[in-house]
Amino acid sequence: MTNQYTDLKNADVILIMGGNPAENHPVAMKWIMRAKEQRGAKLVVVDPRFTRTAAKADLYVPIRSGTDIVFLGGLIKYIIDNNLYFKDYVLNYTDASFLVDPNFKLPDELDGVFSGYDEKKRAYDKATWKFQLDENGIPKKDPTLQDPHCVFQLLRKIYSRYTLDVVSNITGAPKDKIEECYKILASTGKPDKVMTECYAMGWTQHTVGAQNIRAMSIIQLLLGNMGMAGGGINALRGESNVQGSTDAGLLFHILTGYNPTPVASDVDLKTYIEKYTPKTKEPKSLNWLSNRPKYIVSYLKAIYGDKATKENDYCYSYLPKRDDTQNCSWLMIFDQMYKGKIKGFFAWGQNPACSGANSNKTRQALAKLDWLVCVNLWDNETSSFWKGPGMDSKKIKTEVFFLPCAASVEKEGSVTNSGRIAQWRYKAVNPPGKCMPDAEIINELYFRVKKLYEKEKGAFPDPILHLTWDYGEKDKNGKIKHVDVHKVAKEINGYFTADVPEHPNDKKAYKKGQQVPSFALLLDDGRTACGNWIYCGSYTDAGNMMARRGKEDPTGLGLFPNWAWSWPVNRRIIYNRASVDPQGNPWDPKRAVIKWDAANKKWVGDIADGPQPPLALEGGKLPFIMKPLGVGAIFGPGMADGPFPVHYEPLECPFQENPLYKKHRINPTVKLFDADTDVFVYCDTRYPYVGTTYRVTEHWQTGVMTRHTDWLRELEPQIFAEIDPVLAKEKGIKSGDKVIVSSARGKLWAIAIITPRLQPMKVLGQTIHIVGLPWHYGWKFPEDGSGGDSANLLTPTIGDPNTMIPESKAFMVNIEKA
Amino acid sequence: MARKGLLITPDICVGCRACQVACKEWNQLPATKTKNNGTHENPPDLDGNNFNKIRFIEHADQKGVKWLFVSQRCMHCGEPACVQICPVGALIKDKDTGIVYYDKNKCIACHACKSACPFDIPRYDQGGKGKIAKCHLCIDRVRAGLTPACAKTCPTGAIRYGDRDALLKEAKAKKYKIYGETELGGLGVIFALTDSPKIYKLAESPKISESVAFWGSVLRTLVGRGDSTASTFVRYLAHKSTEK
Repeated sequence: MTNQYTDLKNADVILIMGGNPAENHPVAMKWIMRAKEQRGAKLVVVDPRFTRTAAKADLYVPIRSGTDIVFLGGLIKYIIDNNLYFKDYVLNYTDASFLVDPNFKLPDELDGVFSGYDEKKRAYDKATWKFQLDENGIPKKDPTLQDPHCVFQLLRKIYSRYTLDVVSNITGAPKDKIEECYKILASTGKPDKVMTECYAMGWTQHTVGAQNIRAMSIIQLLLGNMGMAGGGINALRGESNVQGSTDAGLLFHILTGYNPTPVASDVDLKTYIEKYTPKTKEPKSLNWLSNRPKYIVSYLKAIYGDKATKENDYCYSYLPKRDDTQNCSWLMIFDQMYKGKIKGFFAWGQNPACSGANSNKTRQALAKLDWLVCVNLWDNETSSFWKGPGMDSKKIKTEVFFLPCAASVEKEGSVTNSGRIAQWRYKAVNPPGKCMPDAEIINELYFRVKKLYEKEKGAFPDPILHLTWDYGEKDKNGKIKHVDVHKVAKEINGYFTADVPEHPNDKKAYKKGQQVPSFALLLDDGRTACGNWIYCGSYTDAGNMMARRGKEDPTGLGLFPNWAWSWPVNRRIIYNRASVDPQGNPWDPKRAVIKWDAANKKWVGDIADGPQPPLALEGGKLPFIMKPLGVGAIFGPGMADGPFPVHYEPLECPFQENPLYKKHRINPTVKLFDADTDVFVYCDTRYPYVGTTYRVTEHWQTGVMTRHTDWLRELEPQIFAEIDPVLAKEKGIKSGDKVIVSSARGKLWAIAIITPRLQPMKVLGQTIHIVGLPWHYGWKFPEDGSGGDSANLLTPTIGDPNTMIPESKAFMVNIEKA
Repeated sequence: MARKGLLITPDICVGCRACQVACKEWNQLPATKTKNNGTHENPPDLDGNNFNKIRFIEHADQKGVKWLFVSQRCMHCGEPACVQICPVGALIKDKDTGIVYYDKNKCIACHACKSACPFDIPRYDQGGKGKIAKCHLCIDRVRAGLTPACAKTCPTGAIRYGDRDALLKEAKAKKYKIYGETELGGLGVIFALTDSPKIYKLAESPKISESVAFWGSVLRTLVGRGDSTASTFVRYLAHKSTEK
């Protein structure tokens, strides 16, 4: 989230598209309902299904799953055509006026791809995806926004075809609803009107997932809604601590704090720093990531302690390196596993046999392993995969270990919510039996592995032997008896590893062992250690900031700065320098996030994105400090699939071709998988309906926790398939009937729910029906099989080219009465 | 203590059903083994183990679809028919709070209250054959100064607990149509609506049958005699009274 859950109450317009907070984030809905009740805010829901969120909407617009970019592209056109963008914001704080390389070409000119496409590699050479630079090396601009090469004109050009008729024709949304919707959303392009957007997996789980969000980012920049109270783009995270886990480097491509993982050609620290530290010639850009060297060196100091010295590159060589083009995302791991290339796997706090796309492939992949370790609360479809449907356990060699672990309420630690607020929580009860908190399991594993290395040496033992592991009292063998999570949290915050008599930043003296108060004080010379730079400030000498429970609200916006602690530096709304005009006065004084206090030369309100003065004053800086050019990026050359979002059909769709770009039906940069289970179909009469998966309030993820909770199973006991009344009549299906839903990859039974909340859509002259299924169920529990199995038996192995998140929101199925 | 009540605003209920679960958790009621009946609504009805249930009501017409979430439970009437008909005083209207609660030790399972209730609320334990079981507005919590479990857990404020007068005032100030202000001596559970009660499946102009008072006195007289056949006879009559 750029903003906060509580901040949703400050919005004038709330767009829910790609999410369903009433069902999946019911507490977030409190703030949305408050905005409606107290401000008269308009709630607009765009979704293929009429959800419990749609039930609360002032306007609901149905669209075909997988056509969000068409809908949003049409909105961009509407905003530009009707001159509804926030001109001062766009000119000062975005790249709209920047001139792009004249050789850059749009998909309209190149049959559906941008310039630089290499069909063999299914990837782009981005040589033309750049700005024209002046003699000082900064982008040329046209403040009149008229130059045909400026970003604004390219934007106008690319979406000129996304007319209301085209949008209606492709998305299936009625034209009058689209227009009504655009009118409401575009009304927030004024300084005193703000829209927020909430999305979740409904946007991400597509082969154009990242571009769905890019499209909305462009809209929020055009309307001047980024950085504003009640604005922003808010990813409603699907798990209570998924924000924390990505912050902590859970994914293959990032270390902690979103520092990139090194690849093989990053041979030494100098190369790494050179490659990943952005440079800028724009004098008004703060270019915050120019501090990368401080963060990576402090990280190495945190994990290798005294062993990390300037002379040995701070043990940079210890870090594992990926091959340069190696992608180790979830889909790739299971593809490699399926091909027998992975020997062992830890399924830690996950149930991939149900959660992953194409479950049949995933379950077969598990059978190729030598060993599998499952760390979970319950035996589940993964840990018992060899007993599952269609498995011949005699032929499966995989040795499975099950380590029972503690649940969230059975251990102490921090949890970071979608709004980046890290909140300390306490242990409520002891875990049952021999269940252990994850940290204790890791501790046990670490000392066993370390002991083996000490005894048997082995290849490259140093990265293990030299790890700092100072998390509590040691026994006589040097093993930590119990992990003290406060020590872990303090290391994540960071500390001084040596006396700093006069800090170059604030000129103050710091002693060795002191906690670093803020990441602005991290150093690249080894005198600071910090496990995760964005959490620097969370656990200082003043104490555990995450445990704070202050209810003061000085801004009156509900930001509660003394409630726990949010990264970065307790800033509650990021990009907040964009909420003021170049003089530092709030665009909307009634909702002032920050304000420049000219007399005292400082910002008041939320923690500003950098203490520097506002743009127009001496020493003033641009607001988007994480971008090297300091402005919001309408032009996004960092994307794998194009600097502007354009519509491609889902891998599986009801049509022979892409109605907008005939030569490229699907995203031209997606990786196509080649295992025998990776079959897909489109425009195929055997699978004529659009399938989509989702969650309901009553269950969580694969349902391992909630299926074991009788009171929740009572509410939603069985897998269901929701269909519209017209399709039901055609197929002779009645509500409550058992049906078989199948795709090119698998099939399952479900109970039919016939509901007018789903309606057939007219798309490109065809009638389109959708079949919606939750993915909460599994064969393992309830043991009588009454719950059904995972809807992921149907979904394809295909991912977004930027993120590799699977496309589980749009695929093709058939449905028949059982 | 002023009369207590709930203010239920279906327009801000998101149908999360945390109230159903919280009710079961506080009252330690076992889960019903359900199946999906082609609807999200579950369990299918109020029963001895389900005191509060959210109805999922779909309305579809030319203008579009509406999906309403409405709590179904004891209304805690100002003049409760169940109290009037109960021959043994097992159903009690609390003098302090106005809550209609019950004493299972007194209940003789005659089921007369079910026939009397204009909202069809009373249900019985032992699979419907046993003693009275219904929402008692967590009177144990209320007497301890706590909020009823459903209102405590509601994330959006769709179920609010408080002094009935204050809740009424608030709902009126927000220009809602009030359901339950005067009905049956004023309900303890008031609904703040934006459409007619029928749309929310709320009984329009609920009335207590005139025979309730009569049957109440007949049953009480019989029980008062205390002979061994009385209770069987009472059950027979109570059943008779349900036939209306």
